[in-house]
Amino acid sequence: MSDVLNPPQDNVATTAVPLKPLGKVLAVTSGKGGVGKTFVSANLAAALAKRGHRVLVLDADLGLANLDVVLNLYPKITLHDVFTGKAKLEEAIVRAPGGFSVLLAGSGMVEYSRLTPEVRDDFLRIISGLMPHYDIVLLDTGAGISDVVLFAVSLASEVLVVATPEPTSLTDAYATIKVLVGQQKRQNIRMVINQTARLGDGRAITTQLQQVLDRFVTTEPGRPIRLIHMGDIPSDPSVRQAIMRRQLLIQSTPGCPAALAISQLAVKLEDTVIKQTA
Amino acid sequence: MLRKSLEEAYRCQRTTGGNDAQAVCAVESYVTLMTTGKTMDFPSQTKNDPVRLKLSNIPYSVTSETVSSMINLSDLRLDDARALLEHDPASSLPDPEESPVAYLQSVIDNLCELSLKDPLTGLANRRHFRNVLSREIDVVARSGESALLLMLDIDHFKKVNDTHGHLAGDHVLQAVARCLASCVRPMDTVARYGGEEFAAILPNCPASYGKIVAERIREAVGNLSISVTPLVSIQVTVSIGGAYAPEWIRSTTALWTDRADIELYRAKAEGRNRVCIDRPPVLSVSAEEKSLLFGHLSMGDPAWITSVPNDASGVTAGGAMNRVN
Repeated sequence: MSDVLNPPQDNVATTAVPLKPLGKVLAVTSGKGGVGKTFVSANLAAALAKRGHRVLVLDADLGLANLDVVLNLYPKITLHDVFTGKAKLEEAIVRAPGGFSVLLAGSGMVEYSRLTPEVRDDFLRIISGLMPHYDIVLLDTGAGISDVVLFAVSLASEVLVVATPEPTSLTDAYATIKVLVGQQKRQNIRMVINQTARLGDGRAITTQLQQVLDRFVTTEPGRPIRLIHMGDIPSDPSVRQAIMRRQLLIQSTPGCPAALAISQLAVKLEDTVIKQTA
Repeated sequence: MLRKSLEEAYRCQRTTGGNDAQAVCAVESYVTLMTTGKTMDFPSQTKNDPVRLKLSNIPYSVTSETVSSMINLSDLRLDDARALLEHDPASSLPDPEESPVAYLQSVIDNLCELSLKDPLTGLANRRHFRNVLSREIDVVARSGESALLLMLDIDHFKKVNDTHGHLAGDHVLQAVARCLASCVRPMDTVARYGGEEFAAILPNCPASYGKIVAERIREAVGNLSISVTPLVSIQVTVSIGGAYAPEWIRSTTALWTDRADIELYRAKAEGRNRVCIDRPPVLSVSAEEKSLLFGHLSMGDPAWITSVPNDASGVTAGGAMNRVN
């Protein structure tokens, strides 16, 4: 153990980097899987695009996200080809049905799901290079609190946590928020509660989370955690239909309650994030 | 240890009339061992209940004397043990002529002590370290307290050996060991893990203090001026890796040391003379937090029973009200 010349690669990369977050980048994360992260990312992007914004959605789960499945897109060139030098970045960006741009990781990216400093640098370079061309970049992160997820979130100026009213989802959302506060010293975290049964449920849940955080998570003086309730997405049978048909809800049934809620979310995001950082 | 069990047995008898069988067993095993295979009977006063009487009527001092008179030290093969202890400056043995029991006890105690220590540095050895570590895992699993394990490695120690000789290397190890021991609380365990690697177990060490403690140790070692020959003094640095035990979870000693080791590798890879500590397991959400997060869900607050449509819940609530009335 005296001479450690060749440490294993993954040990080098297990720290959370305190990077300076980039402007206009919104990380969509959740803690628990299956709460509608990718659904929210895709439809929110479409809603923002409808309002005239240039939007890019990036598969920040490095190939494990289901963005391609949700959008029914299988491009020949992906982020993986960019990483391996087979293609240029512009070639990997595709136009999604909702009028926004998508950068899919491609299944080969799973190789890169171990965060080495090189992967980090490449990723950072790609995002910073893309930013000037868009009004907002959405990072569709993976479930859980892995290094990759934390890294992706660390690049974003804003975090949107998606949760459902289920206990498991709330617990995981809470754990994620704790980590983001503890590791990345984040103060403001935006919340959207998916699959609510009635009006006001989402706000009640956010308030509840806020109370538990206030009680159990100590922060530096003068830097309290603030959960910002961005809205509810009500339970809606149209959502299931759209997902099964692999369409965007915003396009297939724009007038249904869930689609309207997402449109409202887009307006709120426009007011608080896009206009602020623009 | 044997003396302790005898004392305990005796106290048990005196105060509560306690567990006779256990007490007798303890005394008997004590006596059996003391006299190498010969079981000794205590004089009993009544024939009906010899066991109880022989314990409760004989004070410890008498028992001890009785045992003493039965022990013949020359029957025991103590030469190896004696030789071992005579070479250890820390052990001192009483006069075997005066009290064979005290002598034997002292031999046992000193051997126990010796078996837990690293001979060069006087720190806990690997055996002792492993025992303390697994006990700490039990504590953490039941109490949820936050315990830190530090692995420390002297940087470029081989160079010290190569340049100044192995005796100098030993001096460095001893000086660093003394320094480590002086940097921690009495409740902490510092061990020589092997070679130039040390380990420290810090029970009840809050997450925010871990880094501070480790940095203090690192600086203290760095500030040492170790004289390896009358004319030459050298300085060394240490790399420190640390990991917290997962609270409320029964981990294993191997997993825990592995995580600390990984951090030590990282400290080495990042340039040595530095501290790397595994991020504390903040992921965990305690039972108390969970109950506050969604306690209202399980308690059936009507506002949270989300799957029931408005009109139906109204009926249910009404029905419940009627029953209460």
